[in-house]
Amino acid sequence: MKNAPLPLKNLIRKPGRTTALVLLTAFLALAVFGGSVIILSLRTGLRSLEARLGADIILVPSEAQSKISFQNMFLQGTTGAFYMDAAVTDKAMGVPGVEKTAPQTFLASLKADCCSVKIQVIGIDPEKDFTVQPWIARSLTGELGDMDVVTGCRVEAGIGEIIRIYDQRCKVVARLEPTGTGLDTAVYCNMGTMNTLLAAAEAKGVSHKISSGDDSVVSAVYVKVKDGYDIDTVNSALTGKLRKVTAVRTRSMITGVSDSLAGISRTVTTMVIVIWALALIILMLAYILIVRERSREFAVLRLIGASGNMLGRMALTESAVCGLAGGLVGTGLAAIGVFSFSALIESSLGLPYLLPDPGTLLLLAAGTVILSAAVSALASAFAAWRLSRVNPGTALREGN
Amino acid sequence: MSLLELKNISKIYGDLKALDNVSLHVDQGEWVAIMGPSGSGKSTMMNIIGCMDKPTKGEVLLDGVDISKESSKALTDIRRDKIGLIFQQFHMVNYLTAVENVMVSQYYHSMPDEKEALEALERVGLRERARHLPSQLSGGEQQRVCVARALINHPELILADEPTGNLDEANENIVLDLFAQLHKEGTTLIVVTHDPEVADAAQRTIVLEHGRIADNRQ
Repeated sequence: MKNAPLPLKNLIRKPGRTTALVLLTAFLALAVFGGSVIILSLRTGLRSLEARLGADIILVPSEAQSKISFQNMFLQGTTGAFYMDAAVTDKAMGVPGVEKTAPQTFLASLKADCCSVKIQVIGIDPEKDFTVQPWIARSLTGELGDMDVVTGCRVEAGIGEIIRIYDQRCKVVARLEPTGTGLDTAVYCNMGTMNTLLAAAEAKGVSHKISSGDDSVVSAVYVKVKDGYDIDTVNSALTGKLRKVTAVRTRSMITGVSDSLAGISRTVTTMVIVIWALALIILMLAYILIVRERSREFAVLRLIGASGNMLGRMALTESAVCGLAGGLVGTGLAAIGVFSFSALIESSLGLPYLLPDPGTLLLLAAGTVILSAAVSALASAFAAWRLSRVNPGTALREGN
Repeated sequence: MSLLELKNISKIYGDLKALDNVSLHVDQGEWVAIMGPSGSGKSTMMNIIGCMDKPTKGEVLLDGVDISKESSKALTDIRRDKIGLIFQQFHMVNYLTAVENVMVSQYYHSMPDEKEALEALERVGLRERARHLPSQLSGGEQQRVCVARALINHPELILADEPTGNLDEANENIVLDLFAQLHKEGTTLIVVTHDPEVADAAQRTIVLEHGRIADNRQ
């Protein structure tokens, strides 16, 4: 019988009590790991959205529904389309402080026989684009040719497959990395392909004409502001110069998301803290009761030579082992839950949601397990301290 | 040669004198029985001799060391190294097997040695029951395991509190035979008992009444 086995034997041979303690700690670990993964995923999603938008200002037609629906398009994958004169791209370049502009044209495919899936099609100009092109370049080595498309990670079409959009056959040449936003359900093509698709949509009765009757249209123009220029000033100048165009600061769009995220983070954090505080109290009481229940056993161990400190260490070891096991079980269950239902969590929250990288998740899991063991040991510390001070003769009489 | 000497010890709880100016000496290798009615101070005396409690007044010399002045930690060390305890209620650790209950005593003393623990169980006639839990053993068997646990570290003093109180006659005889063997080997035994037959097996009987020694007979 070496140092550790005595506490282990007690845990193994008292399976009911051990299971209850492990489950209680597992519940703690589940709350902290699950809550942390959700908060981290929201933060990662927000960072990803910021990076993917990549612009300081987005120009959209004034009649584009509203900033909120525009936001929904990015966050939840709501399909939509609005158009303005393509000349806006060059006109914006004439505004002081504008470093570069990148047009994008949107087309919502139909959920009908003409189309494999209902998706948001986004046409980009690979020459000018500085928002999506860097991400496409990671997945696609060559050029984005005519009738080629790059899909978001959640479009169910593999590389080399053909998807039909308004009866036009488009070949999937690459898939993008996940962003945790509505952009994951979009399909990207060059402007040549987009013009073909717009014409095909027109033939199906989906009009994209703007009031001026100009056939050359874009949906949004992404604007990068030169260093040293105030973005709000440039934003105002763009609004003043461009008629029927609304300039939206991407920061304001992100701020809305960020505020929602902060609210959710606060709620989740509060819940986790409350759960931990309650569980810590329950665990403390449980260990005090357990020590009382085992007072005769501890008294016997004292009488046959165990010092108070030895018994205290034994109680701490037992609780730490329970905490470790509970931490592993809880973290495992939370991992299964958050990974299996991440799509459901994302759609319920309506916010960018992207799981952190595996290294961060592993670190978080390890931290949760260690924390569970430490909190479990902490909960038993008072009981262990009382145990270390008990008089063996008195304890034996009380135990009888 | 004296192993234990009580010099004018008293134990006072409020107004109650559980032990009142008691003096006693026990020689090395002697077998002493302590008798007396309930409340006479037997358990208090046992707790003091067993390093589980300290007297309010007086000195307790065990192997020449005054244990009445020692710290709680030192008393634990003395109890572990010099004394083997046996109780009426057996007090086995209920989730450990018979052999593990013996080994746990080795563990706190020095080093667990399963072979030696099994030999100790063999000596009390329980080698075959070594892997049984206390709940699978009879009262007599549990008490014999406790005897094995008490003697495993070769203590100078075996202190037994009503060791046969919960045993039938057959098991009582087995335990007394074990005590007789230990006594023959030179172990000092102090046995607290109500049972005159158990007391008769000892070399000397001390009778306590109202916290004082009423009789001390060979």
